[in-house]
Amino acid sequence: MSSISSEELLKFESLAKEIRRDIVEMLYRTKSHHIGGSLSMVELLVSLYFKVLLVHPEKPDDPERDKFILSKGHGCPALFAVLAKKGFISKEDMSTFAQDGGALQQHPDKDISKGIELTSGSLGYGLSVGNGIALAGKYDSEDYRVFVYLGDGELNEGSNWESIAFAAHHKLDNLVAIVDYNKLQAAGTEEEVMNLKPLKDKWASFGWSVKEVDGHNFKEILEAFGTIPFEKGKPSCLIANTVKGKGISFMENIVKWHDKCVEDNEYEKALKELE
Amino acid sequence: MRKIFFEKLKKLAREDKNIFILGADLGLKYFADLKEEDPKRFLNAGIAEVNMVGTASGLAMSGKNVYCYSIIPFIAMRAFEQIRLNLCQSNLNVKLLGAGGGLVYGLEGITHHAIEDIAIMRALPNMAVVAPGDVKEAELLAEQSVNHIGPLYIRFGKDVAESVYEGEIDFKIGKGNIIKEGDDICLITTGSMLCTGKVVCDLLKEKGVNTGLISMHTIKPLDEDLVKDCAGKYKSIFTLEDHNVIGGLGSAVAEVLLENGFKGVFKRIGVPDKYSSDIGKEGYLMEKMGLDPESIKNLILKYNG
Repeated sequence: MSSISSEELLKFESLAKEIRRDIVEMLYRTKSHHIGGSLSMVELLVSLYFKVLLVHPEKPDDPERDKFILSKGHGCPALFAVLAKKGFISKEDMSTFAQDGGALQQHPDKDISKGIELTSGSLGYGLSVGNGIALAGKYDSEDYRVFVYLGDGELNEGSNWESIAFAAHHKLDNLVAIVDYNKLQAAGTEEEVMNLKPLKDKWASFGWSVKEVDGHNFKEILEAFGTIPFEKGKPSCLIANTVKGKGISFMENIVKWHDKCVEDNEYEKALKELE
Repeated sequence: MRKIFFEKLKKLAREDKNIFILGADLGLKYFADLKEEDPKRFLNAGIAEVNMVGTASGLAMSGKNVYCYSIIPFIAMRAFEQIRLNLCQSNLNVKLLGAGGGLVYGLEGITHHAIEDIAIMRALPNMAVVAPGDVKEAELLAEQSVNHIGPLYIRFGKDVAESVYEGEIDFKIGKGNIIKEGDDICLITTGSMLCTGKVVCDLLKEKGVNTGLISMHTIKPLDEDLVKDCAGKYKSIFTLEDHNVIGGLGSAVAEVLLENGFKGVFKRIGVPDKYSSDIGKEGYLMEKMGLDPESIKNLILKYNG
């Protein structure tokens, strides 16, 4: 079981704040969108990259590494910021985000040297790729685990449900799906656009072992990750209840911050809140 | 054709444990014995082609050599974005085996007809597109597909049992085959229209017209040298395919001819740009569309003056 000391908790909280600042800065600087969905991911990604995933920036293509797939590709500002902190992406590359001739764009492009396993940005297809990698891992008796990070809006896509059924049928207990359940999507709330409730029951009824946590609470997140697979012979689903725009009061739970860019006055205000 | 391809593939898969075969709940009788022997490498992924191609990508990213099989619209069109993003962008070793090229599934209706797939697959960077013309080509294609690097779309048309070739053949993905040389006219075919093309050549011969016949089994990468040779040698060039005249073999050949200044007669023969409104078996529908040997012969004679 993964637990967290109070000292480590302070470290992680401070790291989360730094990453939020990096996200705000890179999106403000480049007038890029998707800040809300990036901010909801921070604690989950920090937990994964600094405590859970066996990945090595000095050997990014290690075949035995855990595989992390960001299926909600529009959340890549958060992933890039975490990969940079972890040492996968250089400061120079980060400084060219969303620029002509730059190293990083507004959706991730597969580049294992930077720790990016898969091109994504089109929703609803990361989980099927995760299935294949998990299946190969089982066949080859490898110990690696496959983590697929999904948005909740993304679960509107029917392709996910094909993959959810497949993973359970093939007993892929080396596969973990994380649902960033912030209850907002591009054009409205979950209730307005496509109700997913009861989400936990849906996954469980497909044969997954499901846990639900506060997606901004390191202790809860790490306790859950410490018990993977949640049940032997079943894929694990972590439903993380999150807040879109988390950490910046005027962005939290507001639909428009899915794709609104940060203006000058908003930038100053946001940074102040992240001091 | 399909049967001989699968028999060969099964033989290869028994020897090479890196080969995985995924199906989408169709045509799995071909693999029933293998599924029994090694169920972990031969999976029925269910009626879920999108997940099947995505899963194939994950397997290929993990070093496996993967074949996916289904009826063409379901594998090539339903799962198109997975093919584009996963297979093609990453140049993964996944072979897509599509059954029912053209109007093979005549009576099943438009859901099963496949007249746009070559155009769609041909537009994808890194994708190779091959439609074997007869049993000999199909068997050698199975053998070569195993070592093909990158995504490969294999289109099975009408299941012909015979071969247009006498004796052994020299088959290579990306290299067209000259079946016979002609005097002034050449007919370039792809897929199982090769056998129709052979009959057309025989009919033309009866009219005293000695027509060249080429099997252009690989539509991408197209054997441009062979097309250029034809442009130099023949006054009239016809293409023949069981696919929409837009975007298939005819378009591919036309691109090369025009860019190389061909001044002769050129005509694409294929499925007109419309969905069939008739009901019938393949032979009946092909006749309705003017793709039976007699109609093709007449069209060639008309165009050739």
